[in-house]
Amino acid sequence: MTASPVGRLSIRVFALGYLALLLAIPIGVVLYRTFEPGVGAVIDSITTPAAVSAFWLTIEIAAIAVPLNTIFGIVAALVLVRTRIRGKWLLQAVIDLPFAISPVVIGLALFLLFGRTGWLGPTLTDWGIQVIFSVPGMVLATIFVCLPFVVREVAPVLREIGDEQEQAAATLGASRWQTFRRITLPAIRWGVAYGVVLSTARAIGEFGAVSVVSGKISGETVTLPLLVENRYSNFDLSGAYAASALLAVIALATLLAMTVLQRKGDSR
Amino acid sequence: MAATAVTAPPKPGRTSASRRVGGRGLTGLGVGVVTLWLSVIVLLPLAALTAKSLDGGLSAFWDSVTSRQAIAALKFTLAVSVIVAVINAIAGVAIAWTLVRDEFPGRRVVNAVIDLPFAMPTIVAGITLLALWGPKSPVGVNLAFTQVSVALALLFVTLPFGVRAVQPVLIELDREMEEAAASLGASGPTIFRRIVLPNLMPAVLSGAALAFARAVGEFGSVVLISGNKPFDTQVSSVFIFKQIESDNATGAAAVSVVLLAVSLLMLIALRVIESWGSRHDR
Repeated sequence: MTASPVGRLSIRVFALGYLALLLAIPIGVVLYRTFEPGVGAVIDSITTPAAVSAFWLTIEIAAIAVPLNTIFGIVAALVLVRTRIRGKWLLQAVIDLPFAISPVVIGLALFLLFGRTGWLGPTLTDWGIQVIFSVPGMVLATIFVCLPFVVREVAPVLREIGDEQEQAAATLGASRWQTFRRITLPAIRWGVAYGVVLSTARAIGEFGAVSVVSGKISGETVTLPLLVENRYSNFDLSGAYAASALLAVIALATLLAMTVLQRKGDSR
Repeated sequence: MAATAVTAPPKPGRTSASRRVGGRGLTGLGVGVVTLWLSVIVLLPLAALTAKSLDGGLSAFWDSVTSRQAIAALKFTLAVSVIVAVINAIAGVAIAWTLVRDEFPGRRVVNAVIDLPFAMPTIVAGITLLALWGPKSPVGVNLAFTQVSVALALLFVTLPFGVRAVQPVLIELDREMEEAAASLGASGPTIFRRIVLPNLMPAVLSGAALAFARAVGEFGSVVLISGNKPFDTQVSSVFIFKQIESDNATGAAAVSVVLLAVSLLMLIALRVIESWGSRHDR
């Protein structure tokens, strides 16, 4: 659009001002508040036993949920793009569902299925498996909320690359697994990587769904985001800020990875 | 990013051959794995939720859903989500336009920062907003526990939807039309209203729908800043959470089913918008 200099400038001021008030200034203030008591205090606050255990639990949950979702995501994308089955729209709708459902509802649904009085809860308890108020439930909640990420990134790439090369490989006698490993996987790798980064960020930061099924047992089922809430509610502001800062560092690393991967994906 | 549809129609000429490559093996095993996984992780829990909501019969379900507090929370949730979707759409167009058509130093940094709300944990988003707009605000503006603060939190977490939906369309937009209009004497605002905006509309709507869907269910960023005042700042997701905490799983499930229905309607609306958008392209 050939906007006049004044029009151009006023749109720029509006856009950047909006971003400043919503994003930049609040983040600046929270960073200032975090490091106001000094770097030492921040380090002390994120190395308490509770914080360290929360950190490792967060990593553990992500380390289980993300690989499972990645495998599912690739298979689901292949099914959606490379096969002709009936009712594909239904499959797509169910895969997209977790994006539209409130995290609290997701947590409650898992609670009602695997909880004490749920359909599967009592049986699993008999087998000695506790899902709710324990790590398995938190992993399930994380898998649920992260479900669509890899599929949504991989499916468009699969569609775009087409299947001529795969067909050529098959014609030359490659097995299905060889074709996938040597042709398909290298072609979709940036899409997969982008999906993995998005799922990891969401898995580490998930609050609502995990909060419902965790039971918040200190040192056992408290993840970093739950620790932030816990500290804030107990008026430990600087502690909450410090734990937030740790999560923010992870978020920034994610953002950096996203930017790099986007560029790689585009230059393909 | 999140706005890219998984549903785009397959390119013609490729589908017939893909049957051979996919083969029966992939179809059988893949469909089996995907269906099983989705059933255990998604469908079975949602079925349990729906069943639980009807535990006390239809009348109990209706009573839970229409309790004064539940209705107030739902009304506020829907109203604030609509407002957020509209503001988000307007700001999204302005920001996307600035990023695509404007030149200024640091544009690439701004472009990268847009995705920050996606990367940032929602609880941290809430804490961040409280640091500036909360009780200890350095500018002396305390919005905490007001309806405005809820809108602010929702605007924060939905920011990327509006921008990222519009941006790619704006990049692809053919500028010849605009130049033709300009040479015929149309002013900047007229060109925007008559040429740019109609072309962006499907993208704007799909971004707004995504933002609305996200806003309706949002929990983490709202839970602290809203103060959870019934009949005022209480949103449905926080209401459900409080019901779970006070051991009223049936009531919580009933309101959840209503939210679920809103989500499903939103997904259907999104599909319709996306298919309208792809028809628009041709």
